[in-house]
Amino acid sequence: MSDISVEITGLKKSFGSLDVLKGIDVTVNRGDVVCIIGPSGSGKSTLLRCVNLLEEPNDGKIVVNGVELTNPDVDIDLARTKIGMVFQSFNLFAHLNVLANLTVAQRKVLKRSEKEAQEIALRNLDRVGLKEKANSMPAQLSGGQQQRVAIARALSMDPDVMLFDEPTSALDPELVGDVLGVMRQLADEGMTMLVVTHEMQFAREVADKVIFMDGGYIVEEGPAAEVIGDPQEARTQEFLARVLDPTHHGPSDPA
Amino acid sequence: MALSKRKRAEYFRYSQYALLVVIVVVIAFLADWEQIRTAFFNFKTMGEMFPNVITVALKNTLIYTALGFAFGLALGLVLALMKLSSIAPYRWIATVYIEFFRGVPALLVFIGLAFGVPLAFQIQFDIYSTVMLALGIVGAAYMAETIRAGIQAVPKGQVEAARSLGMSQGRAMITIVIPQAFRIILPPLTNELILLTKDSSLIYIIGLARDQYELTKFGRETLSRSPSLTPILVVGLCYLIITLPLGYLSRYLERRSGGKKVSVL
Repeated sequence: MSDISVEITGLKKSFGSLDVLKGIDVTVNRGDVVCIIGPSGSGKSTLLRCVNLLEEPNDGKIVVNGVELTNPDVDIDLARTKIGMVFQSFNLFAHLNVLANLTVAQRKVLKRSEKEAQEIALRNLDRVGLKEKANSMPAQLSGGQQQRVAIARALSMDPDVMLFDEPTSALDPELVGDVLGVMRQLADEGMTMLVVTHEMQFAREVADKVIFMDGGYIVEEGPAAEVIGDPQEARTQEFLARVLDPTHHGPSDPA
Repeated sequence: MALSKRKRAEYFRYSQYALLVVIVVVIAFLADWEQIRTAFFNFKTMGEMFPNVITVALKNTLIYTALGFAFGLALGLVLALMKLSSIAPYRWIATVYIEFFRGVPALLVFIGLAFGVPLAFQIQFDIYSTVMLALGIVGAAYMAETIRAGIQAVPKGQVEAARSLGMSQGRAMITIVIPQAFRIILPPLTNELILLTKDSSLIYIIGLARDQYELTKFGRETLSRSPSLTPILVVGLCYLIITLPLGYLSRYLERRSGGKKVSVL
């Protein structure tokens, strides 16, 4: 296997007349954590959702672990089993308990036996510290717990790469740490991760590479210490100033 | 005399109660109680109706309704999926079907199935098939819209999560969306079951053997040999034995689901 996990070239995506991604190139090395930051509407979530083709790109090429997903002949369902995804709103299956949330795709898609699926599910619940919640319903869990279950659900498919779409944005502040802790642990274990986030501290400490997006383009990318610690582009500087020190700026101008 | 606003409202309320009492008293005086007793409470006729009104008629009403509901639910699900299909002709067919069968009286569908279809296609349905098809065809038209609304009420993120785990569109629909949709639409579906229970009476227009009678047919038959309207009262009460618990069930399910409303149209 090559060292490159995700390779995106010339990616373009528009919704109707609205161009959201205007030509994006991203390379993620195996085992790396790449954080995507940027203002809302910059296209970062769309970019992430293109990586497992939840959004169909208009142009460009996406290769994940040697499989070109943009090739119409590729079995996208099979490819997606190797790409875990964690959503901002958790999206746990509301009618299934925690254990069933983790086993349903293993059983129906990977055709694992009930016993094997449950073993794997419990192991992954243990990884996120929620083994005792196996029989709870999603609605009985806090947001932070739901998100950790969602991470365990994705991990239960044994993915090669994990996508996180603002995983802590819907959480109460005191629950953010639990989820980031689990993600940090995953990163330490060598999981390849692509993370859209507003958690600059996390990006700074965990990311091997940070990408700053604005207006459908990648404005700046590089090691966290450079992009967040010493940004070169004016737009990056302005964005980080707002995010890192929100009280010392007036409201942004209407333009 | 200057009454305060609140006082006026209070007297108005009392006057409403007084009016209701007056209406009830007037009706009670106008009614011919002796006539009512002989017309509706002929205990001899009541006695003759038992036990057949329960063991045959009530039982058959339940069977006919269950058959019609089961078929209607299956067909309604298919129509709902057609209505949501990306293939335009499926949507058209489903729309035409729903509009047509919601728009014509159920009685006409019964006549068509019992007499028209056998004539046109040289096939003869037995009584169970006829009632199942007729009730199902009519019920499906209503249930399809309810099921469609239920499916659309399931958050989009549920499908995205399922797809991101490698489930196909169909697999996600069957394993994730439809089970949740049915939880949402259980109360309106229970109402549909009540309507079908009553519509099962339309089978009377087909010739029925004595052991195939359902409640309405049984009541009419007894009526023709009875000096009073008692059979109507008895079968009416039998319908309530079925429909009242269903009504309670529907309201209970609605409360339990937090009164989440699904817009059907």
